[in-house]
Amino acid sequence: MTNTIYDITHESDAIMLVGSNPEEAHPVIGMQVRQAVARGAKLIVVDPRDIDLSKKATIHLKLRPGTNVAFANGLMHIFIEEGLVDQKFIEERTENFEAMKEMVKDYTPEKVAEICQIDADQLREAARIYATANRAPIMYCLGVTEHHTGTEGVMSLSNVAMMVGKIGRPGCGVNPIRGQNNVQGACDMGASPNQFTGYQNIAAPGIVEKFEEAWGVKLNHEIGTKATDCFPKMISGDIKGLLIFGEDPVRTDPNTHHVIKALESLDFFVVDELFMTETAKLADVILPGRSYAEKEGTFTNTERRVQRVRKAVEIAGETRPDTWIFTEIMNRMGYPQPHLTPAQIMDEIASVTPSFAGISHERLDSEEVGGKGLQWPCISKDHPGTPIMHVGKFARGLGYFRPAAYKPSAELPDEEYPLLMMTGRILYHYNACAMTDKTEGINEIAGSSFIELNTADANALGILDGELVSVSSRRGTIQAEARVSGKTNKGECWMPFHYLEGSCNWLTSDALDGISSTPEYKVCAVKVAKAE
Amino acid sequence: MIHLTIDGIPVEVEKGTTILQAAKQAGITIPTLCYIEDLLPDGSCRMCVVEVTNNGRSKIDTACTLQVSEGDEVQTMSEKVIDSRKKTLDLLLSDHNVHCFSCEANGDCKLQDLCFEYGLEETSYEGEMTSLPKDESNKFFSYDPSLCILCHRCVNTCTEIVGRAAIDTMERGFQSVIGAAPEKVWAEGTCESCGNCVQACPTGALSMKRRKKYRAYQVDKVVRTTCPHCATGCQMDLIVKDGKIVDVKGADGPSNRGLLCVKGRSGSFDFVDHKTRIRHPLIKNKETGEFEQATWDEALDLVASKFSEIKTNYGGDALAGFACSRSTNEDIYMLQKMVRAAFGSNNTDNCARV
Repeated sequence: MTNTIYDITHESDAIMLVGSNPEEAHPVIGMQVRQAVARGAKLIVVDPRDIDLSKKATIHLKLRPGTNVAFANGLMHIFIEEGLVDQKFIEERTENFEAMKEMVKDYTPEKVAEICQIDADQLREAARIYATANRAPIMYCLGVTEHHTGTEGVMSLSNVAMMVGKIGRPGCGVNPIRGQNNVQGACDMGASPNQFTGYQNIAAPGIVEKFEEAWGVKLNHEIGTKATDCFPKMISGDIKGLLIFGEDPVRTDPNTHHVIKALESLDFFVVDELFMTETAKLADVILPGRSYAEKEGTFTNTERRVQRVRKAVEIAGETRPDTWIFTEIMNRMGYPQPHLTPAQIMDEIASVTPSFAGISHERLDSEEVGGKGLQWPCISKDHPGTPIMHVGKFARGLGYFRPAAYKPSAELPDEEYPLLMMTGRILYHYNACAMTDKTEGINEIAGSSFIELNTADANALGILDGELVSVSSRRGTIQAEARVSGKTNKGECWMPFHYLEGSCNWLTSDALDGISSTPEYKVCAVKVAKAE
Repeated sequence: MIHLTIDGIPVEVEKGTTILQAAKQAGITIPTLCYIEDLLPDGSCRMCVVEVTNNGRSKIDTACTLQVSEGDEVQTMSEKVIDSRKKTLDLLLSDHNVHCFSCEANGDCKLQDLCFEYGLEETSYEGEMTSLPKDESNKFFSYDPSLCILCHRCVNTCTEIVGRAAIDTMERGFQSVIGAAPEKVWAEGTCESCGNCVQACPTGALSMKRRKKYRAYQVDKVVRTTCPHCATGCQMDLIVKDGKIVDVKGADGPSNRGLLCVKGRSGSFDFVDHKTRIRHPLIKNKETGEFEQATWDEALDLVASKFSEIKTNYGGDALAGFACSRSTNEDIYMLQKMVRAAFGSNNTDNCARV
C-alpha cells in the first residue's frame, strides 16, 4: 500500500474498491471501510459479485471478470473527456501522459460498458465521484492481480490515480490489500528469483557483488526461476532438488494434477512444515518447524509496517526454529553460517537493505515506537518510517504512465465449458485451512466446499439450491454443493479455494501473467451438472 | 479555551470537551461502565456522575455527556457522588446474578471491581429478577441475560465500530435482552462471530466459551504479537496458562485499533499445539513409502548430502527453495540466504504469486 489503513478509511471522501472483498478476506479492514461509509464516504465497488459491501455502495459496477484494464481505461477516457484530470499533477509529477491519452481515446464509456457488461452512465458516475472527491483511495486485491493481465491491471489503476492526482496524499493512493500476513515481508526479504532484500535487483550493477562481500561467498549471477515456472522445469528434469518451507502448492496452486506430477518428478524433495499437508506427503524428508506463537521475529503487513511476533509457548517434541534448520543446512552444505538470534538476523537484514536500515527488534520494542511498528522505507536509526509513499516525488522520480490495452482472459467459456468460474476466500477460513481447520467452531460454521451459481444458469440446468453438483474444467472434475442466487452474473460462478474435498484448484487454469507469472485463478471455463 | 477545576486542579481545555475527557487530560480517573472512547456517549450506566458547581449552583450529572463550562468546579469523589454511584451499583446488582464463583469473568469483571471499590457486597433491593435463558447459539461465545447490565457496549461496538449492526437491545423492562433480530438468537442473525462485543462486555454476560478453561488470575503471561492470518497486521495478546495458549484478545495496534475478526480471535491458536502437528524429523522409507521418525542429525545430513550431490552433478540451478509468506521476515531472509549462499542458485521465491 502507498498509504495506511487508517488514513484511507478515516480521512477519505470516497473509496474505490476494485476486486477486493475486505469484509471476508481482510475483515478488520472491512470493518473500517464500513465505518468510512457510516461517516459519509462514498463507496464505489468494482466487483463481479454482490459482495456484502456492494449493498452499502453508492455505485456497484458488477463487471465481467477479467475486464479490469478496459474498466480503468474507460475511467481515464471519461476523466479526459469531462475535464476531470489534474493537469498540474500530470505536468509536474508524471511523464508519458500523451501516450496514455492516445491509448484511452478508443475506450469510450459505451465501448467499455460492452466489454465489462456494465452501464455506461454508471461508469461515468463512478469516474466523477472518484475524480471529484478531494481524497479518495483505490483499494484492490486479488481480483485485480490474479489474471494473465494482472500486472497490467495494477499499472492501469496507478494510471487512474495519477491522472487525477490522487497519490502521495492522506486518504488517497493505490493500495493493494495483500493476502497473507507476511507476503509483503516475503517479497521484501528477497525470496524472489530476481531480487535481493528490499527489491535490490540482481541485474543492477554492483548488487550481487555487495551481497558476495556481505556474505563472504561467490554467488550465482543469473536470475533464477519463478516458483510457478519451476513446476514445468521439475517435469523436464532441469530442477531436481527442492525445499519448500510452509507452502502447500498441491492445494494452493492451479491445475493440481500438474503440480503433483512436477513434485513427483524431483530426485529429492524436502519440506519444512507444521502439518502433514498434501504437499508434505510427497516429500522425502519432513523437517518439523515452528509456528508464529513459538518464535521471535517480525511480520510486515500490507501497509509496509514491520511489527513484532513474540514467542508465547513451546510445544512438546523436537520441533526447531526454522532459522536454526536453515542455518544447519547451510553449514552441512559447506557454507559457514553462525547461529544467530532473530534480533541478530534483523540487524543483518538492516545492514544489507537500505529501506530496512533503521529497523531492529530493539527499536520495535522501544518506547519510541510504542508498539506501532515501523513502515519501510526506514532508512536510518532515527528515521520515523514512511506512512505515505510518493509524497512530493515518486520513488522513481516522475510517475510513468504505462498504457495497457485490454486483452481477454486466456480461457473463456465456450460450448463445452459454458460457465466462467472465479475463485476466492470466505470469512471463516485461511487459504488451505492448515491453521483454521483445527478450530472446531470454524468447521461447524463453514466446513465444506460450495459453488455459487446464478439462478438462471441453475434453472436451465435443473439444479436446486443445496444440491450436490459436479464441476468440470479441461483439467479435472470435483463435486460441491450448489448455492443458487443472484450473487454472480448469469454465465458466471464462484468457488472458495479453501477445501481439500472439492478443491477448486483441480479445475483452475495455469495460464500465467506475462510479467509476474501469477496464475489466472479468477477466470477459467467450467461446466456444471447435477452430481450422479 | 475553557477554564475549570477538577478536584481542585486547574484545567484548560477546548470548548466542546466533556468533563470525562477533561478529567482524563488532568490525569483523574472517573469510573465508567458504558463509555467507549471515540463514540458518542451512551450515558446509560450513570457510573461517571460528578458534582459540578458553577455560579453558586450545584448539580450531579454524567461526566461522559456533560460538556465543560467556564468556571466549572468539578468534584469527582464528593459525598453526593459516592452516594449516587453506590445507588447505581445497588440497582445494577438488584437484577444481577451474583454467583460470581460460577462466572467465567470472576476476577475480570468491571462491575465486581466497582462493587469492591465502593463497598457493596449485595443489593439492598429485593424482588423480581431477569429469568431469561442463556443464549449458547454462537459457536464461540455465550450470552447470559442474568449477568447483563444493559450498558449497550456490545451493541455500540457491533454497530458503530465493527459496522455490522448484528445485535440490538430487544424488548423492555425485565424482558430486556441483547440479541439479533428477529429471533433474538445470536447465531440466527448476521453476526460474524468476531467477538469484539465480548471483549467490550464489562461483566461476564458475554463470554468466550473457552473462558471456562481459565480464570483471569490463573494467567501466567500475556504475549503481545501480530495475527498470523491476513495482511492487516492486527495486534493481539496471546493469553498463556500452564504453557498453553488458552485465549486471544485484541490489542490496540495501528491497523486494527483493538479489533479482531473471527479468524484472529478464534482461529489462531488451536492449531499451535494441535495433535496433528509434526513433532519429529521424518524420512520416507523408499521401500514402504511410509515416513519414519529420524534424529535431526540423520535428517539434516541426508538433506545436505542429497542437495550437495545434485549441486555437484548438475549445478546450483538444479536446486530451488520456496519461502513461506506465513512465516517471519527473519525465517524468510535465512531461507533465501540458504538458497543463494549454499545452494548456489537464485531459484528462490515465495507464495506471493499464488
